[in-house]
Amino acid sequence: MTAEHSHLPVEGEIRIGVYVCHCGSNIAGVVDVAEVARWAAENLRDQGVVVARDYKFMCSSPGQEFVTDDIKKYGLNRIVVAACSPHLHENTFRTATARGGLNPYLCELVSIREQDSWVHTDKAAATVKAKAILAGGVERVRRNEPLSPMTVDINPATLVVGGGIAGISATLEIADAGFKVYLVEKDPSIGGHMAQFDKTFPTLDCAACILTPKMLTAGTHPNVELLTWSEVEKVEGYVGNFTVTVRKKARYVNEDLCNGCGVCQEKCPKKVLDEVFEAGLGYRKAIYTPFAQAVPRTPVIDRPNCTYFEKGTCKACEKFCETNAIDFNQQDTVLTLEVGNIILATGYDLFDARKMQQYGYGQLPNVFTSLEFERLSNSAGPTNGHIVLRDGVTEPKSVAIVHCVGSRDKNHNSYCSAICCMQSLKFAHLVKEHTEATIYDFYIDMRTPGKGYDEFYQRIMEEGGIFVRGKPAEITDVARTVEEEGKLILQVEDTLIGQQRRFPVDMVILSSALEPRADAKELAVRFGISCSFDGWAIEKHPKLDPVATMTEGIFVAGCVSGPKDIPASVAQGAAAAARVLGRIQQKKMNLEPIKATVDAEHCSGCRICNTMCPYNAISFDDAKGVSSINVAMCQGCGTCIAACPAGAISGTGFSDEQVLAQIEGLLRIGADGMRPHRSGFPTTHHEAIEEAVRA
Amino acid sequence: MSPTARSNGGAKPATKPATKPATKPAAKATAPAARAGGKPKLAIFGAASCGGCDIAIVNIHEHILEVAAAFEIVLWPTIMDGKYSDIEAMEDGEITVTLVSGSMRTDETVHLARLLRRKSKLMVAFGSCASEGCIPGLANLSSRKQILDTAFSTTSTDNPEGIRPIWEYQAPEGVLHLPEFEPMLRTLEQVVDVDYTIPGCPPESKQIWAALQAVVAALDGTGPLPPKGAVLGAGESTVCDECARRRDVKKIDHFVRIQQVASFDPEICLLEQGLPCNGPATRNGCGALCPSVAAPCIGCYGAAEGVVDYGARLMSAYASVIVASKPDEIDKVLDGIADPAGQFYRFSLAASLLRSSRTAWNTDGEQ
Repeated sequence: MTAEHSHLPVEGEIRIGVYVCHCGSNIAGVVDVAEVARWAAENLRDQGVVVARDYKFMCSSPGQEFVTDDIKKYGLNRIVVAACSPHLHENTFRTATARGGLNPYLCELVSIREQDSWVHTDKAAATVKAKAILAGGVERVRRNEPLSPMTVDINPATLVVGGGIAGISATLEIADAGFKVYLVEKDPSIGGHMAQFDKTFPTLDCAACILTPKMLTAGTHPNVELLTWSEVEKVEGYVGNFTVTVRKKARYVNEDLCNGCGVCQEKCPKKVLDEVFEAGLGYRKAIYTPFAQAVPRTPVIDRPNCTYFEKGTCKACEKFCETNAIDFNQQDTVLTLEVGNIILATGYDLFDARKMQQYGYGQLPNVFTSLEFERLSNSAGPTNGHIVLRDGVTEPKSVAIVHCVGSRDKNHNSYCSAICCMQSLKFAHLVKEHTEATIYDFYIDMRTPGKGYDEFYQRIMEEGGIFVRGKPAEITDVARTVEEEGKLILQVEDTLIGQQRRFPVDMVILSSALEPRADAKELAVRFGISCSFDGWAIEKHPKLDPVATMTEGIFVAGCVSGPKDIPASVAQGAAAAARVLGRIQQKKMNLEPIKATVDAEHCSGCRICNTMCPYNAISFDDAKGVSSINVAMCQGCGTCIAACPAGAISGTGFSDEQVLAQIEGLLRIGADGMRPHRSGFPTTHHEAIEEAVRA
Repeated sequence: MSPTARSNGGAKPATKPATKPATKPAAKATAPAARAGGKPKLAIFGAASCGGCDIAIVNIHEHILEVAAAFEIVLWPTIMDGKYSDIEAMEDGEITVTLVSGSMRTDETVHLARLLRRKSKLMVAFGSCASEGCIPGLANLSSRKQILDTAFSTTSTDNPEGIRPIWEYQAPEGVLHLPEFEPMLRTLEQVVDVDYTIPGCPPESKQIWAALQAVVAALDGTGPLPPKGAVLGAGESTVCDECARRRDVKKIDHFVRIQQVASFDPEICLLEQGLPCNGPATRNGCGALCPSVAAPCIGCYGAAEGVVDYGARLMSAYASVIVASKPDEIDKVLDGIADPAGQFYRFSLAASLLRSSRTAWNTDGEQ
C-alpha cells in the first residue's frame, strides 16, 4: 500500500520517504503496518514525509527497489525504514539508499520489531507505539547529515588468543593462506582441553591422533609465531591497526637452545601434583611440559615449586641439560605486536562440582568429574587408561554417570552445556570397553543432535547401559541396607515410572557444565567486546554472524561464545579465519564515520572523559588544557559524549539535537489521540506544562 | 513561601491570565533603534526571588549612573516607585529592554511576565531564578498541598486556627483576588519568549555591567546585537576552565562532605579529593570563586552552552569516574552524596527535563 502526496521538490526542502515493513507476520501480526504508513503520510507531512509505503518484506529485492526508485521518482532526500533492529538491516537499507543516489547516512532505520511487535500483544497499543517510534525516526532523519566513511589500511598479521582446537584451526587456516599469525596461549603448551581427552564422540577417534599433528603444524609453520606461557595484557587501536601488549612469562628455559630432549624433567627431583592437565590425578615435575606431545617441547620451570627457587640449591636440570638451555635469571618479556585482526578462542572452564554439595564431590573419593574421567580413561593418563577407583587399583563393578551437573539448573547455569549428553555416552562406552561394570546413565533429557550422534546413543543402549530418566537428588555413602554398604548411593526419582529409587554403585562420574572462563568479563573489557551476564562472548549476530563481535576486527571461535563440541569449534575457527582473510584481502576497509569530537572552545579540561574511552582514543593536551580524540581510534561508542559534563563532546550522527529531536518525535503521537499520561513522561512542550498547571 | 508575597500595592491581574502564552513581538534581528525623542526604556522586575539580583545590579557601583544615563528606567520596584498600570498603559514593544529576575510562582508573576513581554522588545531572564528556577524551584519536589501544609501547619508555624490562604475573598466592597500559588514553579522561558539569559545566583556584577554595555553598544549602533537566545555575561565552557587547581585523570572512590574533612589540598582539583564539585558541569563566568577558596562549586551559573539538562549531565559525569565495579561498592560511593536532588538540581530543577518530582506532577491540582 502506498500513500503519497507529491508536489514538486523545492530547493532545500526536506523530502522523506517512509517504508514500513511487515516482516512477514513478525511485525504485521501485531502492528497494523498499513495504518502506520497511512498515518505517516497524512500526519507527518509537515515534517517532510512525501511518501509512505508498507510492504511484506522490505529487505527483499522489490522492497529495496521501492527505496531506490522513490528517491528518483519523488526527489527524496531522507529515508526512514521502520522494520527490524538496525543491527540486522541498517546496512541493507543504507546500501539501497546509496543505490538511489543519496548519501547512505541520510537513511535511518527504526525498530518496530524488537522494540515493538516482539514485545507486545496489544495490537492497538503496539500500532500507536509503532507510529511514535516512526515519528521519532522522522524527526531524527531531518537532522541527519551526509557522512563519508573513513578508510584505513588493514595490517595483514593476525592475533589468535587461545591454543585449543578452535584457535589452532583458525591459526592454520590463516597461516596456510600465507599470512602471519601470532598464537598466544597462557599454558606452556597449545592443545587446550582436547589434548586431555582420550576419545572423541561419536566416532571414537583417538583425540591425540587427530590433534597432535595439527599442534605440530602450528608449532612449526613458518607463518606462525607461537607465544605459549604468555598472556595478552593490553589491546589498543582499532580494526586493521591493533597494538597488542603480550607478557611472555619467564620459562627459565632458553627456547632457542632447548632441544626438548626431556632429560631435565627426568632428573628433576621435585614431584608436583598436576592440578591442570592431569586434573589432580597425576604428578609432574617442577620443570615440565604438560604432556609428552606438548608443542612447543620446551618445558617451563614452575617457580613456586622449584627447589632451587625455594632453597637456593639443586639445579639438577641445569647440570644435566646438554644445551645449557636452563636460565634461572630469565625475566618476563613484554612484547608489542601489531596486528590487523584478533580472534579470541579462549575456551571454557569446567563447572566446579563442589558447588553441588549433595553430589559429594571432594568429600566422597569415588565421585569423579568428567575431566578426571577423561584422564582416567586416557591411555597416556596417570593410570595408563585403567579405569579404577580413587585407590588406584580397584576396578569398579558399577558406575553411575550423572548428566547436567551445573547446567539446566536454575541454581547454577540455566543453559544446556550442549556436549554433556554425548560426552556421557562416550564415558558409558569407555567404561564398558575397559571394565565389566554395570553402567547407569542418569539424564533429564537425552540431547543428541548432530551427525551420527543419535546413532551413537542407540549403539550405547545396545551395549547394555541402563538409562534412568531423572536427576539424582543426592549421592551419599550412608547405607540403608546391607547391599548398599560400602557403596555410593544415588537417590533419584525415576520420572518414567514416577518412583523414588536408590542405586548403589562403586563410582560416579559427574558430567559437569561448561562455564565461561573465570576471567571472561575482564577479557571482554580488555578486548572491548560484549559478554552476556554469564560471561559468554556475544556474537554480532547469533545466526548470521556467529564469529564476529560488535567490535570491528575482533572475532570469536569455539567455546568463548558458548558451549560447543569439537566439530563446531573447528568450524568456528575456520569461519573466523575466513572472516579475517576476507578483511586482509580487502587491504583497506571503511570505518563507520560515527565519531566523537571535542569542541576545544567548550572543553574546560576537567578530564572527566580521560579514562572513559574503551579504545584509548582520548588524550589530554597539557599545554592547551583540553582533551582531544584521535578520530582513527574512536569507534563512536558515545561513552565520552555521555560523560562530558560540559556538553563539549559531540558525536556525528548522534548529536544532542538529533537525539532530542527523536525523543520529541516519539512524544508527538500525543497530538494524535494518545496524549502521554500525566503520570508518565511529561511532554517537553510548553503547552503541556501550561495545561498541567491549569488543570 | 507565602502566596501573598510580593503583592505590591494590591496590584491584581485586571483579568484572569490567559491560558496560552501571549503572542509576543519577535525580537528584531537588527538593533532596535532608540525611540525618537527619548531614551530607550528599561524595566527591571523581580518575580519570585530573594532580591539578590537587584543588589547585584546596584553592585555595579557608579556604573549605575551610566545605566541611568543610557536608559529611562520605567519600572524597578525594588529601587523606585512605579505602577503596573503605567506599564499597562504603554504601547506594545515600547520598553526596549526588560530584565526579569525571579521565577514564576504565582499567577500574578505570570501575568506580569506576560504583560512585560508584550510591552518589551527584548526580554532578559536575569539570574538563576528566572532562567532555571533556582532554589525556589526545589519546591517542585513537593506538591502544592505539601508546600502549604509545611508553611501553614507544621509545628514551627503559630497558626492555631489553621488558617489557609484563599485566592478569592468576598469582601463587603466586592470580590478580592489574591495572587494564586500555582501548582508548579516555572522559569521565565516556560511562560514567555525570552531573548537573552544572564546566568548566576546572583550574576557577578562585573558580568552584569559587561552584558549591559553590550546591549547599550547594540542600541548605539556601535556593537552587534547578540543573537536571540544568547547567554550574556558568561563563558561557553565550564568553571574548570577558570579554576587554577591542578587536574589529573579522575578516579573517584569516595565522596565526602566539606564538613567531614579538616582541610583540602590547596593545589589539587576538589572533585579528585572526593568533594562533589559541580565545576565540570557549570558554566564559567564567575571566575571560579568558590573552588579557589576550597568551597565546591554548587552550580549557580547553570549548564554549559548547549547542555539541555544540567543535573543529568553532572550525574552522568560523576558516574563515569567512579572507580568501583560491584553494585554494592558503587552504591557505597554514591551514598557519599548526601542530597542528590540538591547536589545535581539545586539551581536547575524547574528547567530540567523532569521539571518536578512525580508527586508534584501528579497532585498539582490539589489544595
